[in-house]
Amino acid sequence: MRTALWVGGLVVLLALCALAVALGPVALSLREVRDALVGVGDPNAIAIVRAIRLPRLTLALIVGAALGMAGAALQGSLRNALAEPYLLGVSGGAAVGAVLAFGAGVRDASAIPIFACLGGGAAVGAVLLIARAAGGRADARVLIMAGVIMGAFANAVIMVVLANAPPNTVRGAVWWMMGSVADAGWAQIRWLAAYVLVGAIALLLLARQIDVLALGEEPAAALGLDVDRSARRIYLASSLLAAATVAAAGLIGFVGLMVPHIVRAFGVRRHRAIVAGAALVGAALLVAADLVARTAMPPAELPLGAVTALLGVPFFLLRIRKLA
Amino acid sequence: MIRFHEVSAQYPRAPREALSGVSLHAPAGALTAVVGPNGSGKSTLVRVLLRRLLPRRGRVEIDARPLDTFDNRELARRVAVVPQRESAVFSLPVREYVALGRYPHEGPWRAETRTDLALVEQAMADAGVTELATRDILALSGGEWQRARIARALAQGGDALVLDEPTTFLDVGHEMGMFELLASLARAGRAVLVISHQLNLIARFADTMVLLHEGQVVAAGPPQAVMQATTLEHVYHWPLVVTRDPAVGAPSLVPLRGHRHSSGRSPVNTSESSS
Repeated sequence: MRTALWVGGLVVLLALCALAVALGPVALSLREVRDALVGVGDPNAIAIVRAIRLPRLTLALIVGAALGMAGAALQGSLRNALAEPYLLGVSGGAAVGAVLAFGAGVRDASAIPIFACLGGGAAVGAVLLIARAAGGRADARVLIMAGVIMGAFANAVIMVVLANAPPNTVRGAVWWMMGSVADAGWAQIRWLAAYVLVGAIALLLLARQIDVLALGEEPAAALGLDVDRSARRIYLASSLLAAATVAAAGLIGFVGLMVPHIVRAFGVRRHRAIVAGAALVGAALLVAADLVARTAMPPAELPLGAVTALLGVPFFLLRIRKLA
Repeated sequence: MIRFHEVSAQYPRAPREALSGVSLHAPAGALTAVVGPNGSGKSTLVRVLLRRLLPRRGRVEIDARPLDTFDNRELARRVAVVPQRESAVFSLPVREYVALGRYPHEGPWRAETRTDLALVEQAMADAGVTELATRDILALSGGEWQRARIARALAQGGDALVLDEPTTFLDVGHEMGMFELLASLARAGRAVLVISHQLNLIARFADTMVLLHEGQVVAAGPPQAVMQATTLEHVYHWPLVVTRDPAVGAPSLVPLRGHRHSSGRSPVNTSESSS
């Protein structure tokens, strides 16, 4: 039963990957895709597959997996089915970092992620400081409130910066804030993969602690868990995943929120399996969303963040009775 | 087994101490009960035991070893605590929930062993939740949930069990079932320390009662010694009498109709009001 779920998930993911490489402005058959991958046949097809679609697919896979894992870990450890990195200020901070860099005239595409990571890190630090000042410990409610405040502050900063910015800065910043896995390059994928691998291993090792934390602070302490330290570590690992994805692909909402719900709906209950399942489902969801973004209204490409939100809103409307 | 020695503790920014020089002993093989009005410091004892609050003075010992020499997991392997409040937010089958009691024995790379699984089954049997094993904890009734929580604590395997108000929200049948369970666990050799408001049940089941008032022990000893009307009236600020229950022979508290009176004043509406 469990194995069947995993195999089924992998099959769906692989099918989506095949579609993502085959479909686009130039539609390729699966045979052409296979030929292009091994480097034979039409040089144009080889270029499209190897230089454009494959990196884009890989970026979508990693970003989706990272957002899914971060959402699963945060929802479990904060005991809140509405928690996700975007609610906790990390993404807002990363966005501020990137927009400030745009505003300061930074145009080098490889430099923007560094500023995003700095902004995300600053937001995480600020949230932890607020939580400590408010109660001296990593209380879930305090963390969520501090994160929401940080997100609102980040929005305000972005608005102020953009109010005085020249039009092309605004366009660049807005495009980035809507999220995208277009223009993916292997160099960018390599550093993102490194960050995501670290965060993923950390979360899988912390997964049993998430099971215990999900019971609440006092029961978790009664089971011998150092609640504050554990909550802080899970928050930091999730933030690392979120900040790295925001740096690489901008703001893509709803994935971290939706994916853990989908995984739990299949009856997965332990967080090691939930986190791993969220990586799988998150990757599949983002590949599918990017496929929609690229192919729904050609030749225009829809912003990826808008597509995930358009998927997420009906999803939560359907589940709202269960969540309430 | 569990010994508090002259323990004083204070919450940050609180105007007074929550515990002032509290001493008590919960020995192995006995049911020890802590009673007292709301805010008397009962739950603070649990917080000190879990080291969520560090004592300002005094010391706590587990088997004559100072509490602060234990690491968290080691302590959880010795002393299983069922805190007062716990609300589940995610679906989980009861068996998985009870299995979390084995957490202090797990390592990052150590999966559950056959022994762990057997202990989980035994804990469910002892707490009477075996037939609930596959039920979702979110779908349990109040009584079932309390028993599942005790099963989780039993799965921890220690030789001491501490429960903070385990019978809140339980009906008479479940309440009795709970105390019978605790008494049998004590008879089997565990040190059982229970915090409760159910004075009459405590008087029937406990070997020792400790009465707390404003963070201090005002009476301790066998139930007959602690269940004294004058003491209880003073502590609970309410007129009452203590009788001997004709059916079971235990001291029994009967609160009288009246109104709350201030500390130290004679109660209204009782035979003692003129003295």
